[in-house]
Amino acid sequence: MTQTSGGDVRLSGISKTYGSFTAVHPLDLTVPAGSFFALLGASGCGKTTTLRMIAGLEDPSAGTVELDGRDITALPPYKRPVNTVFQNYALFPHLDIFENIAFGLRRRGIKTVKKQVEEMLDLVELGPMARRKPTQLSGGQQQRVAVARALINHPQVLLLDEPLGALDLKLRRQMQLELKRIQTEVGITFVHVTHDQEEAMTMADTVAVMNGGRVEQLGAPADLYENPGTTFVANFLGTSNLIEAEVVTAGGDDLLLTAGGSKLRLPAGRCRATARTGGTVLAGVRPEKISLAHAGDAGTIADGRNRLTGRIAHAGFLGVSTQYVVETPGAGRLAVYEQNVERDARLAPGAEVVLHWNPAHTFGLDASQDIGAGADTGEETA
Amino acid sequence: MAVLRWLRRHLVVLAGLGTLGYLILPNLVVLVFSFNKPNGRFNYAWQRFSADAWADPCGVADLCGSLGLSLRIALWATAGATVLGTMIAFALARYRFRARPAVNTLIFLPMAMPEVVMAASLATLFLNMGIRFGFWTILIAHIMFCLSFVVTAVKARVMSMDPRLEQAAQDLYASPAQTFLRVTLPIAAPGIAAGALLSFALSFDDFIITNFNAGSTVTFPMFVWGSAQRGTPVQINVIGTAMFLIAVLCVLGGQLLSGRRKRS
Amino acid sequence: MTTATEAPPPASADAPGGRARGTRKRLVPYWLLLPGILWLVVFFAAPLVYQASTSVQTGSLEEGFKVTWHFAAYWDALGAYWPQFLRSVGYAATATVLCLVLGYPLAYLIAFKAGRWRNVVMILVIAPFFTSFLIRTLAWKTILADGGPVVGVLNSLHVLDVTSWLGLTEGQRVLATPLAVVCGLTYNFLPFMVLPLYTSLERIDPRLHEAAGDLYARPVTTFRRVTFPLSMPGVVAGTLLTFIPAAGDYINAELLGSTDQKMIGNVIQSQFLRVLDYPTAAALSFILMAAILAMVTLYIRKSGTEDLV
Repeated sequence: MTQTSGGDVRLSGISKTYGSFTAVHPLDLTVPAGSFFALLGASGCGKTTTLRMIAGLEDPSAGTVELDGRDITALPPYKRPVNTVFQNYALFPHLDIFENIAFGLRRRGIKTVKKQVEEMLDLVELGPMARRKPTQLSGGQQQRVAVARALINHPQVLLLDEPLGALDLKLRRQMQLELKRIQTEVGITFVHVTHDQEEAMTMADTVAVMNGGRVEQLGAPADLYENPGTTFVANFLGTSNLIEAEVVTAGGDDLLLTAGGSKLRLPAGRCRATARTGGTVLAGVRPEKISLAHAGDAGTIADGRNRLTGRIAHAGFLGVSTQYVVETPGAGRLAVYEQNVERDARLAPGAEVVLHWNPAHTFGLDASQDIGAGADTGEETA
Repeated sequence: MAVLRWLRRHLVVLAGLGTLGYLILPNLVVLVFSFNKPNGRFNYAWQRFSADAWADPCGVADLCGSLGLSLRIALWATAGATVLGTMIAFALARYRFRARPAVNTLIFLPMAMPEVVMAASLATLFLNMGIRFGFWTILIAHIMFCLSFVVTAVKARVMSMDPRLEQAAQDLYASPAQTFLRVTLPIAAPGIAAGALLSFALSFDDFIITNFNAGSTVTFPMFVWGSAQRGTPVQINVIGTAMFLIAVLCVLGGQLLSGRRKRS
Repeated sequence: MTTATEAPPPASADAPGGRARGTRKRLVPYWLLLPGILWLVVFFAAPLVYQASTSVQTGSLEEGFKVTWHFAAYWDALGAYWPQFLRSVGYAATATVLCLVLGYPLAYLIAFKAGRWRNVVMILVIAPFFTSFLIRTLAWKTILADGGPVVGVLNSLHVLDVTSWLGLTEGQRVLATPLAVVCGLTYNFLPFMVLPLYTSLERIDPRLHEAAGDLYARPVTTFRRVTFPLSMPGVVAGTLLTFIPAAGDYINAELLGSTDQKMIGNVIQSQFLRVLDYPTAAALSFILMAAILAMVTLYIRKSGTEDLV
């Protein structure tokens, strides 16, 4: 496999409307050359349409697509140096694996394809399968053929449309690492569409979270996770506890909030909402950041931590960790993930507990948003 | 009691096999009577065994001529109906356009129309336009009634085809023409073949429409019809049996071939 | 790297240059349709319209026919040939019911019971097609011949006594009776019933049978509540594919029946090809077409399966 330099993709004001329905609102997006970029969102959020506009399979209603500074908006798909790994792979059922992989080379008039195809078959470890038909392969093997069929053309950008959606969990994990390895090896720009937040976070350098035809937030996976900008991102990426809280004092390094009689502190730099004294914000905290203490041990909790009291409604043992649902008087039901290091036998449903966490892990969101946005769609699996 | 229970459990199978027997019985009779040596002009009652007719299948005047004509018409009608029908099927399966419901109705009606009606009306048209009946009028009629069947067969196949396959081809540098030749056509091929085969069978075996539009031209079914009035030569049984055997052998051969290919 | 921002709304919905390409693209289906549809319009639809006009003409072969809006042809035709009309509908309906009763077990057998014999049974259903149907229909003359084994068996079982009493046969004969014609019609159109039935049965997941059994349905109930309703598209398609050609058929009545079993197809054929009374033939086929289309439309409405094409 020769090294191919990836190209950067620049979308400017690109949008797509079908009649009165807007699939993608005008958006500007730059994917740097050589990066692994993920478009993450629930079905119907416009991520696949965006990808198909880069591939040329969909004409944008407005805006331009540039590749390495060249405007390719008017180019048909077969003239773009871009290849796609399709959802469900779209392998040609009438051709064998060898011919499927050789397809792109042959269409570009390359006569001697044997050596390249064989190299590609080796890369995806399917050498002995060359003369099989796609239907005779397992899902994982078909997926690798689809990748090989696209990569052999040395595209500047490889587009992946839910490439792992049809695989079972274990195989999906394995293929995630495999794809990441291939991407590092060939250095091609990857644009990956997925609804699986875990997949996007494991693989991508940059994730764009899409919702309702718009990009909600864009950034490195850890950044998105730690500092969600909207309730949708907070709920869609992992789980968040969002607490409606009143601002007691604004100004200074920390905002002082109150929720159900408990005082909470929120670093001003982590608050996305403009906080006025007397106004409301949503205070968020990830479940794994919260520690649980039995009410009897409340005194041992260090000072300066945010704390709430409540009663355990439900405890689910997951092996590595235990997931608790805690009913609190002022902040509703909160999720807490505790590592199973030293299990406290008293932490059972019905127990009175204190939840406490480092205020630095609190983030603040605008309270005018739908507090449950993205919470259900995140559960969807294909 | 055990017998009764066995009968009840296998009732469906027995009834199905009974129907199958009903379907094949006439073919067996045709086969057996192709070895008959009838006394009179009609080959309806068994007399004695003879392979004469098999030795000389064309021994009756006009028989093989009519057979050749039927084959020729069937081939041309198949070609015509397959090309025209495939084009319509692609238009219906791949494009949204305003005239769609009208086109669908026009495709459906010939299949829902008794043959006599189509036959009589087309013949009326030819008569009044002063067109001479013969090879061409038969061919026109056959293409007309085969067309709908091709459209139905091909459309079903094209509709069930994943549109992403064509997009994948385009993504892999195939121009629209290449995409059609390398991907769409090969994948639609079984549907087209099914439509063509059906056309051939329908055209070759058609009597009613041909009878109205043939004039003095005689196709094989018309020859058989005529012989039912004048006397049935044993040779028509020979040809009927031969066609049956050729068809069975072709299908079996195809099955064996595809089976072997799958195994290797 | 930039974050997503709102761009000003597009001035035109189409990308520049997209308009001309779009128009050409929109015309593609019409070019594909043109030759085939033209063929159907000229050689199928136009003749039907033309025939409608013929049916209201008067004249003779020597003097030529003129449109005189002579609707009497319809009344005369109906008055003279209503028995043949009724007979056609009756025979075709009987044959259709028989096809359904006989064909269903066979289709069921192929779909669920045949296993590795499925292809063999399929071939046996389809292969007879390749022997001209006229030859096969003539074979029934031999099978049902007077004094032949079939008639002998039916006679000794006193079946013929019952059928004669019902008016289906006459005396010791089966040939040249309604029974022979219906038997021939059933035979000829049976594959048109079996194939659509098989197609819709084959789509049924066999696990549904197990699920029904699991939910306390006995085999008969499973069939009535699950299998049969799911095979309805096949039943509707099969009955139409059998009834329509059977109602217009004249081969079976001609070869296996006598003058007392003549159907409307026989009349149209002889009016057209022998008597050369084109207006009457046209009126008769028009009535037949209208009657069948009306029945088919009603039937499709009632059975609720509109997507047959």
